[in-house]
Amino acid sequence: MTARTHETEIVSDPDVPLVRITREFDAPPDKVFRAHTDPDLVVQWLGPRDLTMKVDHFDCRTGGSYRYVHVRGDEEYRFHGSFHEVRPSELIVQTFTFEGEPDGVALEKMTFEDLGDGRTRLVATSLVDSFADRDAFVASGMESGIREGYERLDELLAK
Amino acid sequence: MSADPLSRVFSALADPTRRDIVARLTTGDATVGELAEPYDVTVQAVSKHLKVLEDAGLVSRTRDAQRRPVHLEAGVFDLMTRWIERYRRQAEERYRRLDDVLREMPDDVEPVPPDNPPETGATP
Repeated sequence: MTARTHETEIVSDPDVPLVRITREFDAPPDKVFRAHTDPDLVVQWLGPRDLTMKVDHFDCRTGGSYRYVHVRGDEEYRFHGSFHEVRPSELIVQTFTFEGEPDGVALEKMTFEDLGDGRTRLVATSLVDSFADRDAFVASGMESGIREGYERLDELLAK
Repeated sequence: MSADPLSRVFSALADPTRRDIVARLTTGDATVGELAEPYDVTVQAVSKHLKVLEDAGLVSRTRDAQRRPVHLEAGVFDLMTRWIERYRRQAEERYRRLDDVLREMPDDVEPVPPDNPPETGATP
């Protein structure tokens, strides 16, 4: 396997509240898919490095659901959602809610595109129902930097 | 509406007229009258849009000058770009961990999850 690097691409749409991430992997679609559906594998990569991910349940099939928690010391961030459509090695459509903002929900679609030669392109799209939610969603992906980010923004806006 | 600064910035930009105003201010300062010209709206309506942009910290108006030109606060945009870049970098870190997981995964594992629907009533 080559030691290629594939930089993650991100698109934050100005007209629709969505974020789209594209990334290629040196592994065939069935493997990349399995790393998304097997909770023992998911915990190894999904959570931020400085948080421990604990799975409450993770039933990745059409009609199933999931719930997990990211833990750092006393801090806990809980998430849950439903698997709307799961098609092996092709597609996962799921909802995503951060329980700290229980009214907020993202619709997430992940497609696994076979590039041949044992490679896969993953396109992960998150759609929410308002720009404010989209931006909170972008911000929530940055637990470690969020306070600092807000402080700097506050400073900038206070000028 | 959410009161935190970043949400104010993004919701201020959720409106197409306000985005257009911001785009025009990137070429230079302009008065309210100048900004209102291309639109089929009153100066008053444009002033309302500017108030939202001003509250979000995206534009400022000189207090003393008679024309009170509107000025774009470019630093806020740099900050937004950095936020998005940070999100991208976090996704990249996550996917590098996934690269490692994929490297260690065996090839010959049953890849297909069960096709039958999940048990119902499992949630207390």
